[in-house]
Amino acid sequence: MQNTARKPHKMVSYSKYGYFFILPFFLVYSFFMIYPLINTFVLSFKGNGITSDQFVGLQNYQFLLFGEEGQFSAGAAIQKEFLNCLGNTFILWVGNFVIQLLLSLLLAVWFSDVRVKIKGTGFFKVVMYLPNIITAASVAAIFLMIFGNTKYGAVNSMLLNFGWIKDAFPFINDAWASRILVMIIQSWMWFGNTMLLLMSGIFGIDNSIYEAASIDGSSGLHTFFRITMPILKPIFIYVVITSLIGGLQMFDIPYLLHEGRTIRPTLKTAAVFIYDNFHTAQPNYGYSATASVILFIITAALGVFIYKFNTDSTAPKKAKK
Amino acid sequence: MEYMSKPAKDKDYAPSAAEKRYKRSILIQSSIRFVVCLILSIICLLPLYIILINSTRANSDIIVNGLSVLPSDYFIENLKELNNPEAANGMYTSAYNIFYGYLNSLIVSLGATACAVFFSGLTAYGLTVYDFKLKKAATTFILCVMMVPMQVVSTGFLEFMIQIKLQDSYIPLIIPAIAAPAVVFFMLQYMKSSFPLEIVEAARIDGSGEFMTFLRIALPILKPAFAVQAIFQFVANWNNYYTQSMILLSNDIRMKTMPMMVSAIMSIDTVVDYGVKYMAVLLSILPIIVIYLCLSKFIVKGVALGAVKG
Repeated sequence: MQNTARKPHKMVSYSKYGYFFILPFFLVYSFFMIYPLINTFVLSFKGNGITSDQFVGLQNYQFLLFGEEGQFSAGAAIQKEFLNCLGNTFILWVGNFVIQLLLSLLLAVWFSDVRVKIKGTGFFKVVMYLPNIITAASVAAIFLMIFGNTKYGAVNSMLLNFGWIKDAFPFINDAWASRILVMIIQSWMWFGNTMLLLMSGIFGIDNSIYEAASIDGSSGLHTFFRITMPILKPIFIYVVITSLIGGLQMFDIPYLLHEGRTIRPTLKTAAVFIYDNFHTAQPNYGYSATASVILFIITAALGVFIYKFNTDSTAPKKAKK
Repeated sequence: MEYMSKPAKDKDYAPSAAEKRYKRSILIQSSIRFVVCLILSIICLLPLYIILINSTRANSDIIVNGLSVLPSDYFIENLKELNNPEAANGMYTSAYNIFYGYLNSLIVSLGATACAVFFSGLTAYGLTVYDFKLKKAATTFILCVMMVPMQVVSTGFLEFMIQIKLQDSYIPLIIPAIAAPAVVFFMLQYMKSSFPLEIVEAARIDGSGEFMTFLRIALPILKPAFAVQAIFQFVANWNNYYTQSMILLSNDIRMKTMPMMVSAIMSIDTVVDYGVKYMAVLLSILPIIVIYLCLSKFIVKGVALGAVKG
């Protein structure tokens, strides 16, 4: 308003409108994200269950990270569970990420290969992205029925009918079978997405570079490691970061992939731990808030680390030019 | 499709023995890759095919043989059984209701999508068209918080919602979509590349108010970006089991969304009719698959678009 007053006539300042346009975003973000984030920090210093109103200082952090004296104490039990959940998250993420990345990298390179064309690329892309848009809750249900524990599960019934196994194999109840199943499901859901992301990076590479390389007699593998990968690095880092952050939040599939009412302890992830602790009749806000804060710190640290790693190693190259 | 011009150049070469050998090796490689892609596509579609086929089969059939290549004729029966309030002591209808499932998921998804797309457009417009003191700070903030996942705030979020009595309401599922940093970022990128700022000046000279300029001139230009984001937001919200099951705490079936109903019917283990369960799952994914089949080309393009720009 002052601006308008100082510069009368022709010049009208519109800058105040900028604030009006971005106001709804920041109001809603403060109310539904920033305050809840602060609230999470506050709750992490408070008690659990019936003692939710009491201030307990760093006790939750101490319990989750270092446990408590005495084998049967509450702190020791919750530490064991939390560390188990962190371990599961890590195992499931690594397995899923390795399968998914190798597959999508291979496909991305194939689909954008100028020399060797594959028929029906458009169709393949559409089909391979399909699993990504299906509701994760339904995906869990689908695989739960296909890999059911009993002889009524689709795969078990097929294997039994062929006489390849004598008793039904508990795909869901077996610790490692279920973990591998989750890895496969996650890869099944996400490889199409990752492939499309990587492809967009590869298509961004100037074709003349490939032409120059082939004139210089560069082989396919050589071209991949010396040209495609270095140029693909930023988008590769992006894929790693998003997958990592997504992996730390992994919830739907591990949470829903169980028969009956109890969640498989070998599939409990950090996100399941958080959800489980506040989604009960007498919520343990303290534990779940503390776990949230720890997850937040891990996420932020990993993000910063990978970002730094990326910029540090590319900086000298730019300097040389 | 610029690379299409390359084979034309190849024609200029005189075909030699080496050339022929090269062409044959290319053909072999291409065939191998085609077969691998075909197998992967089958893996992608197989679970869905199994769901589709088994939803047409009777429970007695599925128990004897869990897999079948051909459909049976029990589709209507399974559908009826799923909606039969007397079947399995009413357990199916108390866990799963197609009408409320579709309606509630649609309300939440459409509401959240409309909020996300419209207000992100508004925010991006404000950050692009106007120059103000906090512009840079606001843009940087939005970019920084883009990656903050819901899980890390969910405890504080839920506790806060219960305090202000918003649990069991769709408000916490719809209104927060107004602040969608990733969508704003996409819109910002889109506006940078395809929104001429002169048009705003021209509108001002013609006497258009600032908000009217946004509605009448910016919105139509931003339509393609809106469409891409609308699809992805709709799918993301339809599939969002985590937030929905976190907020909707009551057992009232009339409030539940589709993913919650699927998980509810899957946890019934005392009475098992596999045909009915397969049917329930099929119905839950059907709308999304239909949308995908209609818009697949558009969606596949959108994923890459979002990546290059985001």
